Amino acid sequence: MRLFWHELRTELLLYMRSRELAFFTFLLPIILFVLLGSVYGNDTVKDDPGVKQSKYLEAGMIGYGAISIAFAGLAIVLVIRRESGVLKRLRGTPLPATAYIAAVLTSYVIAFAVEVACLILLGRLLFDVGVPDNLGSLTLALLLGVVSFCGLGIGLTALIKSAEGASAVVNAIYLPMAFISGSFFAPGSFPAFLRAIADVLPLTYFIRLVRGIMLHDDQIWSHGADVAVLAAWGLVGVLVAVKAFRWEPKEG
Amino acid sequence: MTAIAVRDLRKSYGELEAVRGLSFEVQVGEVFGLLGPNGAGKTTTVEILEGYRKRDAGEVEVLGTDPAKAGGDWRERIGVVLQSSAMYETVTVAESLKIFAGYYREPRPVDEVVELIGLQEKRNNRVRLLSGGQRRRLDLGLALVGDPELLFLDEPTTGFDPGARRRAWEMIRSLRSLGKTILLTTHYLDEAEQLADRVAVLRQGKIAAVGAPAELTGSTLQTEIRYRENGREVVVHTDEPTRVLNELTSVALAEGRELEGLVVRRPSLEEVYLSLTEEAS
Repeated sequence: MRLFWHELRTELLLYMRSRELAFFTFLLPIILFVLLGSVYGNDTVKDDPGVKQSKYLEAGMIGYGAISIAFAGLAIVLVIRRESGVLKRLRGTPLPATAYIAAVLTSYVIAFAVEVACLILLGRLLFDVGVPDNLGSLTLALLLGVVSFCGLGIGLTALIKSAEGASAVVNAIYLPMAFISGSFFAPGSFPAFLRAIADVLPLTYFIRLVRGIMLHDDQIWSHGADVAVLAAWGLVGVLVAVKAFRWEPKEG
Repeated sequence: MTAIAVRDLRKSYGELEAVRGLSFEVQVGEVFGLLGPNGAGKTTTVEILEGYRKRDAGEVEVLGTDPAKAGGDWRERIGVVLQSSAMYETVTVAESLKIFAGYYREPRPVDEVVELIGLQEKRNNRVRLLSGGQRRRLDLGLALVGDPELLFLDEPTTGFDPGARRRAWEMIRSLRSLGKTILLTTHYLDEAEQLADRVAVLRQGKIAAVGAPAELTGSTLQTEIRYRENGREVVVHTDEPTRVLNELTSVALAEGRELEGLVVRRPSLEEVYLSLTEEAS
């Protein structure tokens, strides 16, 4: 337990020191929220009459923030640490693998929590979006989402061969996913084939869950299917990770 | 007391037999060198001893424990310097050491380690701003901060300029005087000669020779005698340098001439090493 707290402090220090990573994975969702919200925040949503775009967008950007931080950011950081040999060095210390993984995950959950707080605060200040009511359900949903995407992020590291390729592979997956799952625009206007793809992506279910809770005051248990699909994806990531996660860089 | 015991160690990667029946022992407090060209099996052997790799056959005990089954308590007692110097680039030297000190129950004070590795002036510099030699010293510091009994150094000075190598050697000698056991791999002969109490020369996954550097150079090769005669270089290799030299000098004295450029030389470890590692290939 002592090692967990020590490593959590280490991870938070490392997170705050890594400027490029913080910019791309943490700030980009906030910047996009402000930009897109300013462009069409006052319109109403076609798919969801009576809901202001800015409110709809805020929920979408929480989804984008989740994959940006927990999926993209975590995968890139772990691949870089693996290929540079940092993970191998850590394996040579008494720090147990479980304490390490738990501390890394917790640090990304904390980063995501700060992100959500920033988005909600900005929505309140800039676009007059109210603070959501069902905070209990929302917290559970966000926790489930961020942990599932962390699981997928760790699983993804097994499929990435080199540090150079990490951000290319990750961007090629998570940016289209954010778009197709409706982070930026309501998916109602998408052609059928995009909607078919959206139906398998975990982010679609996470955003639907968050929108239900934030826009319609739903409770998390009334979204059983969304919760199940999201959790299943997270489990897939964890299973891939358990089978194929590597601590050592590729040989010469 | 034995710190490391290896008996008939074997390891293959697919078709390639990297280690083919190694046996050696390292005593507590000893600096032991594994010497050999690239591909001789040095790193494979060390990484098995460090618990990173599984062996195919043989027995291995490091500090009384099988590294393949060892846990955190065992890792408290060892320090590892890998071949590549991976570290967090965005934190300072002192922060790095503090991070790694936190993994151990009884770490060495960070300031003491900073001094030991001679990075006092770089204490609060980011790691990414360090030179290659400074990084390697921090590397060693990160392995030392847990105050290990046994230290593995895998090619600790590869890529150093001569000055940096000298400083690294002095540092390793000072560790030895602290009573640490050190297993060192290197392909530099002078490094093994300078640092190691005993050396095992590896060739294609086997031990070609083992002993103190002086023993290896003393026993294996013949003494070399060189001089010039009528402008031509004469080289004599002999097992009886006293007799040969006596004959040469008495002939020269009788004829009243000088043995120009006379040199009598024992083989260096380098020549022993080359003769050992080249025999097979």
